[in-house]
Amino acid sequence: MSVDKLKQIALGTIAVSLLFMSGTVLADYMNVLNLTEGVTPTSKMVYDLHMIILYIVTAIGVVVFSVMCWSIYHHRKSKGAVAEQFHHSTTAEITWTVIPIIILVIMAIPATKALVFMEQTGDAEMTLKVTGLQWKWKYDYLDEDISFISSLSQDSNDARQMGSGIDPNTVENYLMDVDNYVVLPIKTKIRILTTAADVIHGWWVPDLGWKRDAIPGFINDNWTYIEEPGVYRGNCAELCGRDHGFMPIVVKAVPKAEYAVWVEEQKAMQLAAAAGADKEWTKEELLEKGKAVYAANCVACHMAEGQGIEGLFPALNGSAIVNGPAAEMVMLILNGKNMMPAFKDILSDTDIGAAITHERNSWGNTVKDVVQPSDVKAMR
Amino acid sequence: MSEAVLHDDHHDHKPYGIGRWLFSTNHKDIGTMYLVFALIMFFVGGAMSMVIRAELFQPGIQYVDPQFYNSMVTVHALVMIFGALMPAGVGLANWMIPMMIGAPDMALPRMNNMSFWILPFAFTLLLSTFFMQGGAPAGGWTMYPPLVLQLGDGFPYLVFAVHFLGISSIMGAINIIATVFNMRAPGMSFMRLPLFVWAWIITAFLLIAAMPVLAGGVTMLLTDKYFGTAFFDAAGGGDPVMFQHIFWFFGHPEVYILVLPSFGVISQIIPTFSRKPLFGYTSMVYATASIAFLSFFVWAHHMFTVGMPLTGELFFMYATMSIAVPTGVKIFNWMATMWKGSMTFETPMLFAIGLLFMFSIGGFSGLMMGITPVDFQYHDTYFIVAHFHYVIVPGIIFGIIGGIYFWLPKWTGNMYDEKLGKLHFWLSTVSVNVLFFPMHFIGLAGMPRRIPDYSVQFADWNTIISLGGFVFGLSQLILVWVVIKCVRGGEKATDQVWEGAHGLEWTLPSPPPFHTFTTPPEVTDATAHS
Repeated sequence: MSVDKLKQIALGTIAVSLLFMSGTVLADYMNVLNLTEGVTPTSKMVYDLHMIILYIVTAIGVVVFSVMCWSIYHHRKSKGAVAEQFHHSTTAEITWTVIPIIILVIMAIPATKALVFMEQTGDAEMTLKVTGLQWKWKYDYLDEDISFISSLSQDSNDARQMGSGIDPNTVENYLMDVDNYVVLPIKTKIRILTTAADVIHGWWVPDLGWKRDAIPGFINDNWTYIEEPGVYRGNCAELCGRDHGFMPIVVKAVPKAEYAVWVEEQKAMQLAAAAGADKEWTKEELLEKGKAVYAANCVACHMAEGQGIEGLFPALNGSAIVNGPAAEMVMLILNGKNMMPAFKDILSDTDIGAAITHERNSWGNTVKDVVQPSDVKAMR
Repeated sequence: MSEAVLHDDHHDHKPYGIGRWLFSTNHKDIGTMYLVFALIMFFVGGAMSMVIRAELFQPGIQYVDPQFYNSMVTVHALVMIFGALMPAGVGLANWMIPMMIGAPDMALPRMNNMSFWILPFAFTLLLSTFFMQGGAPAGGWTMYPPLVLQLGDGFPYLVFAVHFLGISSIMGAINIIATVFNMRAPGMSFMRLPLFVWAWIITAFLLIAAMPVLAGGVTMLLTDKYFGTAFFDAAGGGDPVMFQHIFWFFGHPEVYILVLPSFGVISQIIPTFSRKPLFGYTSMVYATASIAFLSFFVWAHHMFTVGMPLTGELFFMYATMSIAVPTGVKIFNWMATMWKGSMTFETPMLFAIGLLFMFSIGGFSGLMMGITPVDFQYHDTYFIVAHFHYVIVPGIIFGIIGGIYFWLPKWTGNMYDEKLGKLHFWLSTVSVNVLFFPMHFIGLAGMPRRIPDYSVQFADWNTIISLGGFVFGLSQLILVWVVIKCVRGGEKATDQVWEGAHGLEWTLPSPPPFHTFTTPPEVTDATAHS
């Protein structure tokens, strides 16, 4: 095959792909091309900086590639070019050292300004603590005593299982939706602390303009100031194990008044949940609640039928611990073991009691007893 | 020179059978083994990337469990970096350095044998983890704790495989340094060395400085997991981020360990096919050395998001940006070498020019990511995946493939099939861009890396990327066919092979006899390097 023929084929392919991509199809692709401008002063600053640098490197690329192409076209033997034998020019060497240095300094100035701005975490009006867990997020509103877990929404979770038979296109916000949104007030300087309970995670909402690692044993501080109400979605950015791709983040920014109402609702709900630990539950109530707790917190590792994953996560179905003394099981869940996180700061007494009751009564497990939330509370 | 060596030289008799390869101390045979091993590993690692692209072809989980997907991502990187790229570079060094500097062999031939034969054992350890309780490593090739400590029975195998690979690399590096420092032919002064040799000296020093740091890091992981230490466990007073500092203190120089040999190769190819001496030889040597030196001061740009003090972030941003200067010098020197030359475009030259263009694209995105505040958005997205694959695939790998086409006629004595070579180049170049360019877009639009499934907005681009990936993967089979065909026969190559070729290796017959330069040649030409 001759080179000319190859060139024809290459050009033909490009032409056909362009035709194929035109019109509505092209619009789909064009939506997924560039960084978001976002909704915070930081994100806008970052976007502007990104565009400036993109233009600079594109311009450099156009100049450099044009020179190369010109040379490749004109200085070829087939066009009768005779090689000159020069191999040194101090002037040229100095020029192409100094010009890049100047360009770099020009780029460094706005970059330094943006970085200094982003690191000013003081003067925050409220503080949100974000804790990464395998594979969900825990949010603590430190000024309000509100705390909850946020994990992948049920419909996404169903659709993402292998062989689920559910078309991801039919799921709204596939893999980008959670059960509990992080509600934040707009036009408020919010300090966001990131940390983790097990492995390193990365908390990232592109519309806020940054991501930051959540590291076990350490707390990173960041801030944001959201200007417009809306729902902003993001993901865990740091590989954190099997379900790293399935722990999205959803921030719902609302006006301050609406935020105040939400805070009151949350406080009432948390009080009700705390009260649950002191009341006597029926087995049916615990089983029903336990099933939901299991689906939200346990199923990712121990799987739907309690079968676990061979070599990674132990099975609960038929497990000696699940069929052994209840007290040991409570202690294990409260304090964790190996990869199993300590759930004492993650789940309420009610949730733990319900989950244990569910596990001891499900699949092939034989104990079939009841663990009351008050029992769990007593063992903390 | 001993009588025995002279005797061997006269009769040129080779050991035969399996023993020739198992016990080889011949730089050419060991070079061949390195290259063949690298090619096999290139396809092993490539097969894993095909699994990745098949799973990402459309949204939803179709073929593999997320845990296995993570293993594919992890082991693909380890196999490609330690199994394909580094051995390929050492293979080229083994074959070419003694012939380029007029030496009869490497300085330490038995160690040369050992440093190669460690590799198959190291990769047996690594790949055997697929059959173990807990599966293969799945925490990323960067092995960050605490995640990597969750690995099951395969964990010590991972650590010991890394130790072995490190030992092998360090021995290879010592050998290259010893060879170049002690065995240059009379008149072959340092500033007359071909640039490929210079690139490899600098790479060898990087290896000796960087690999022990990695070995130390993974040993600390091992003791954290099995011996109760808490280097990286905050609960015991340690710091998980310290591992990242240790890892990237190795990891950034490692990037240059991979790329410098390729830069060396194209510094041989471009003058040859431009029929013009390399432009700015001295500044090329200094630029390469500066890149290597600076590479020890930029490591934290891989981890801007861990939360460093502002002064730290500023330092690593400025240091990273400064690397653009010597890298730019190299690109401009290659361009100036081509300028007013008399170029022809045989396959090696095509791959070298492909490298110039596409490595530059990787350089541009690299510069963008060096800007810390913006990197907070780019970090851990497909933008970085696009960046380092542009640097590695149409950069480093194109350099290595270019070198293979360039020297294959010398090695085998036969010309390779030029039409197939060009077909390989054009298919690879088109598909590699279809494969990696759209990754910039989906990365900027918010797709994180290392995920087995994604939000449906990324579906269209991912399908295109996967198609590019499949074509690129299949195109590499052409290389295998070209090599087999060339080894088996073809138009006889002359000693000089290429019209514009200069240097000692081109004064030898094609193929060169088993032992070469047992009597050192005299180098009088000041421009022997180009």
